[in-house]
Amino acid sequence: MTSVLRTEGLSKRFGDFQVLDRVTLQLPQGARHAVIGPNGAGKTTLINLLTGTVRPTAGEVYVESERVTSLRPEQRVRRGLVRTFQVNNLFSDLTVLESVLLAACERTGAALDAWRALTTRTAEIDAARATLRLLKLEGAAQVRTRDLAYGEQRLLEIALALACKPRILLLDEPAAGVPRRESVALFEAIAGLPGDLTVLFIEHDMDLVFRFAQRITVLVAGAILTEGTPREIAGDARVKQVYLGRAA
Amino acid sequence: MRLRTGWLEVLFWSVLAAGYVLWPSQLPFASQVLIAGLFALSYDLILGYAGILSLGHAAYFGVGAYAAGLLAAHGWGEPISGLVAAGLVAGLAGLVTSPLVVRGTDLTRLMITTGLGLLLFELANRLGAITGGVDGLQGVEMQPLLGAWRFDIYGRTAYGYVLAVVFVLFLAARRLVRSPFGLSLRGIRGNPGRMRAIGCRVDLHLAAVYAFAAAYAGVAGALLSQTTQFVGLDVLSFSRSAELLVMLIVGGAGLLYGGFVGAAVFMIAHHYLSSLDPVYWQFWLGAGLVIIVLLGRDGILGFFHRRRSSAASAP
Repeated sequence: MTSVLRTEGLSKRFGDFQVLDRVTLQLPQGARHAVIGPNGAGKTTLINLLTGTVRPTAGEVYVESERVTSLRPEQRVRRGLVRTFQVNNLFSDLTVLESVLLAACERTGAALDAWRALTTRTAEIDAARATLRLLKLEGAAQVRTRDLAYGEQRLLEIALALACKPRILLLDEPAAGVPRRESVALFEAIAGLPGDLTVLFIEHDMDLVFRFAQRITVLVAGAILTEGTPREIAGDARVKQVYLGRAA
Repeated sequence: MRLRTGWLEVLFWSVLAAGYVLWPSQLPFASQVLIAGLFALSYDLILGYAGILSLGHAAYFGVGAYAAGLLAAHGWGEPISGLVAAGLVAGLAGLVTSPLVVRGTDLTRLMITTGLGLLLFELANRLGAITGGVDGLQGVEMQPLLGAWRFDIYGRTAYGYVLAVVFVLFLAARRLVRSPFGLSLRGIRGNPGRMRAIGCRVDLHLAAVYAFAAAYAGVAGALLSQTTQFVGLDVLSFSRSAELLVMLIVGGAGLLYGGFVGAAVFMIAHHYLSSLDPVYWQFWLGAGLVIIVLLGRDGILGFFHRRRSSAASAP
């Protein structure tokens, strides 16, 4: 099967510290792929390398057949590679609708229109509202982002990314800090995303990972320990040792 | 996304239009306040909307002032085409210098814009044969406005001319900040990193608004040189940039009208305090500014804007 997102020997070194070591991944279209690993395993660095906020020491990133390693973050977004952040990274002074509109206008090129009123941009407004509906945020459209509940802010993180109409969505701990019941709802919203969208997510909650991922990559000390289906990972003694500190 | 024209806006411009009746003997001063308001509006576009902190915005004001002044001094005294030319030259200067400014953070931007301002000031000083240096540019002679209205000593023509230009440019700025581009500027001001993560070419947007604001500043400078028929070296001075920052902070940044309110408060206070206490007037001006900012850190308009917002959201 053709990969939508592919890395080859992706590595990152900060001084003497090897954060990521020859990580090779392949994600087909529509994948629900989780990356797990203990703290410091290099999971967020992997997302930073994929999105271009950090440059790799070695290795390549491909979106379909195009090499995107040297592209800037905003150029990769235009190739369909979009991320969310582990810590909320939003527009606190804007309303929820305005925030999502920002992304919708960037996608269509309307963001460079300095003449027409924003309110006449019905296509972008409809697209933004549809994204909010998908994540059950429509009721909060006019609420200022800083006044949103934390769980809703996590959803808005995803809404911003979805409004870019990504082909590959990278979710960096989408449920971080969200109470258990809300995190299940959040992952159900993620599970309900279009089937052709490729999703790679980092998550610490193993119940959520095993419930929603089709494949799992285990990172330890910057290198891939193993990769497989949830059933294969659950039965892997090395993974249990990493998480439980002993062999099963 | 409120877009309606408020009655306060109508009142604001109506009062200005009635200036011929309300302050007939103060028209030259009122023109200067309007020019300062336009200059502050141009600064509001980059600071209030895009978050670019600058201490050298007078560079573009001065470029516009000298461009219009030099044109008139060399025989091109037609005001409107001179104004357009000055705006274009200042906008081009803004575009050329924008890569130096938009990439940095607040501190580097302060340093670079201050440096650019000082460079241009000393350049104009050094090129005295062209600019007139410390003596100022002499021989600026304007033709009648639209071939019909001469610039008179009472400032009647100048006031109408300045008011019309400021109003048209205000409408264009208003359109800009209410457009998708204006929203993206607010996004950049709030969180440039996140804007990149949704695909925004942040530097391109900032360069565009910087050049646009520079053109506005240039038009403001040109209005000053055309209506006073003189260009002094102080159009490029650091204090003009610093006063601009004060005007906008006092009036309220990011609200479009803040620059006009701040310019009016600052210049009227300057005018009256310097006549009450010719030696130590800056002491009282400084005290007044500190009090205003302590009472409302978002400036005068920001204070009322916040009160109105909290009243609207009250149960």
